[in-house]
Parts: sequence; C-alpha cells; structure tokens
Amino acid sequence: MHGVYTVYMTMHSWITISLADPRPLYLQVIEQVKRRVAVGDLPPGTDLPSIRELAAGLKVSVITIKRAYLELERDGVITTRQGKGSVVADRPGLQASIQEVELRDHLKQAVSLGLLLGKTKTEMQRRIAEVYEQSQKVGK
Amino acid sequence: MTLNRDSSCQTELAASLIDVCKTYKHFELRNINFAVERGTVAGLIGPNGAGKSTTMRILMGLVQPDAGSVTALGKPISSSAASAKQDIGYFADDMRLYKPETLGWHMQFVRSLYPKWDDDYASQLLDRFGLIQQQVVKGLSHGQRVKAMLLLILARHPKLLILDEPTNGLDPVAKHEVLTELMRVVEDADRTILYSSHHTQEVEQISDSITFIDRGQVIASSTADEFLDKWKRVKLHAPESWKTPRLESLRLESSYRNLHVLTFSQFREAVPSQLQASGAVIEAIEPMTLEEIFVSSVLRGREGSQL
Repeated sequence: MHGVYTVYMTMHSWITISLADPRPLYLQVIEQVKRRVAVGDLPPGTDLPSIRELAAGLKVSVITIKRAYLELERDGVITTRQGKGSVVADRPGLQASIQEVELRDHLKQAVSLGLLLGKTKTEMQRRIAEVYEQSQKVGK
Repeated sequence: MTLNRDSSCQTELAASLIDVCKTYKHFELRNINFAVERGTVAGLIGPNGAGKSTTMRILMGLVQPDAGSVTALGKPISSSAASAKQDIGYFADDMRLYKPETLGWHMQFVRSLYPKWDDDYASQLLDRFGLIQQQVVKGLSHGQRVKAMLLLILARHPKLLILDEPTNGLDPVAKHEVLTELMRVVEDADRTILYSSHHTQEVEQISDSITFIDRGQVIASSTADEFLDKWKRVKLHAPESWKTPRLESLRLESSYRNLHVLTFSQFREAVPSQLQASGAVIEAIEPMTLEEIFVSSVLRGREGSQL
C-alpha cells in the first residue's frame, strides 16, 4: 500500500536528538535552540515547550532538558518566568551575538588544531585567507 | 543519592532503600542504599544476577529484607500494605497473564480492582501499542505481551512505576513505543519511574538518575551527566623518560611508545595542567560512553579497590 505516512507533528519537532552524535544530549538541545534563534526561526518572545513536554517529546530525561534550559538562560538566549514557562529572550542583537559566539568557537578550534600541528600564526592566517578565497569563488 | 537540581521546593522521595540487606544461599544483597525522587526516571543498571530484580521485589514488598528500611510513596513498605500498592505499578517479565483469556478480559479484571482505571487512556494505549482487545493472550508475541502488561499497569495511573527490564527482548519498534509511553508518564511531575535494564544507551537517554549494581552492591549512583562529566579519557604524548604523575582517580593507563591513554573516574579541571607540568602534551580529552563507564566501574569494583 502506498499511502502518505502522516507524521504527528509536535511543537518541538524542530529539535532532534541523535545518538550517533557523540556530544552530550543537553549540548545537542542547546545548539539546536541557538541555531533556530540565530537564523530567525524562533523570534524573540516565542514560547518554548515546557521542560517535561520537551523531555517526553524527545524521549530524553527531564534533567537533560532542565540543564539545557538553565544554560540557555545563563547565556541569555531564553528567559524563564516562574510558572509561565520559557520564551526566547527579547534582547537586541541576540541573533548576531549567537552567531558571533559560534564563529569564535570554530576559530578557536581551528587555531588549537593548528597549534597541535605546529603551525605558525602567519601560516594560519594564510590558510584562512586561502579558504576564504576558495569559498568566494564557489559563491560565484 | 542527592539530586538537588530542582530549585523550586524541597525534594520528595518516591522510593527509598536504606541499608537494605538480604541473604540467600548463593547470593547476598549488601547495604543497598538508594533513593528515587518524585517526578524522575531512575535507571538501575547491572549485569545479570547483580541483584536488580531482588532490589525491586523488596521495594514492592514481595521479598522481606533481613535488615534495613524501605519506603515507597512516603510509606514504609511491608507485604501487608495493600493500600499503598494501589498507587504502585510493578512489571516483571516472569509475570503471567491468563493464557486462554483475551486482553479485553484482563482490562475488565484490572479495572474492577483499581478505581483509578482510565478507560480513555486504556483505549489510547491499545491504539498506540497496536493491540486489539479481542486478542487471546496465548497468541500474543513476546513484544505484544510486554505491551499488554504495561497497558494494564499504565491505565490505572500508578504514581510509582517499578519496571524490571521492561524493554528486554523487544524489537526496535516495540522498544520505541514503550519508551515513548514511559516518557509520557513523567510529563506529570507527580509520577515516578524506577526501571532496570542493561541497555546502557537507553538508560542514559531517559534516566534522571542512574544506579549501578553489581554482585549485590550499589557501586555508583549519580546523574547521567555527572557520570559523563567525571569520567574522561586523556590522550597524551610524553617524552620517553616520562613517568605517570601520581594523580588521584587515575583508573587505567595504557601506553604505546610515547602515546599514553589515561582514564580518570574523577576528572578535575586541574588534571590537564598537572599533566602538562609533568612534561606531557595533551592531544585530546575525550568523553566516555555510559557503557564504558559502567564496565570500568564494575571491573574496578570486582578488583576490590575503592573509589
């Protein structure tokens, strides 16, 4: 039978958990919320599912989601009001600042790998410039 | 164990065992201590024969401990406390349904014993588990039988679920269905699940607290994150003359030429700098899976060394 398989959509189906991903589950949740906020899919003030709702939906422990929400709150990405649940923070420049932090993390990783391989500062700068040129070409 | 992540109010225990001992001819439970907070999922992991089932039976009042105290839902458990069991749901694979009867017959039977039986929820569960009331128990597959028993327990809304290896022997789809229902249960912060399994990945995923049991003893008890934060594997390069510094909680070391892999059970922030100070160059600090942590804990416990 070739019917259309209807997937029951829930309000948190924009988050997925991958057991193939070696990172802790709470980090996966944090990263995906941040990415959705950064690209504008979750505008400021958007209601987030309650901790228990999201835990049940993703089939991960309540404590995992609690930790993710706590850290998102600490990073200023979401705001939690007692008894009212969590919403995406309403803060100017939030989207840009998430992307900025992400960029810095990636650069840090690249630099520490470079150091491990014994690359000098000039060499690393040259390599970044190289990659930049290449992506410009691809872009055209 | 303490699990004080809930800032809101005092934590309430759904179940606790304090210094529980039970001696059998060839097996002994020694000083079992652990507690399950209300509204959480607690996972019990242990090899076969570790004492998981006995521990759960004691908590259900099915087995009398030789010593120690046991409470469930705030009341001391004794085999006579039938009223407390209205709110407890217990599942074990060796439980039997009446083979010649249908699932529907069993539903009516349980319904007559438990006033909190929920017809709507029961029919939702039938649907979600892909079960049919008219099915005769004799003809059910293992997975269907497990789901049927869980339906009979879940539909009466127990506050505490004690499930002994509920996902054992289930195919991936049935396992998914069962875990989905269990997580739906704790959407209600008033309900608690204690369950055992030896599928570490599944336990890691859905449990708020995890207790390792081996040879009749609790060998470690913590949250999944705490286990994963504490246990780390450090890969490093070191000069030939390098001697491993004496670091507490270093559990295992393996070396190949100048490449060393150190496993820590209590990884601290200071460890990398201590290693660097000894002349080593750290290549990577890796997390471990709960399964690796469990196996290391069991093996270490069996060697007789202490944490």
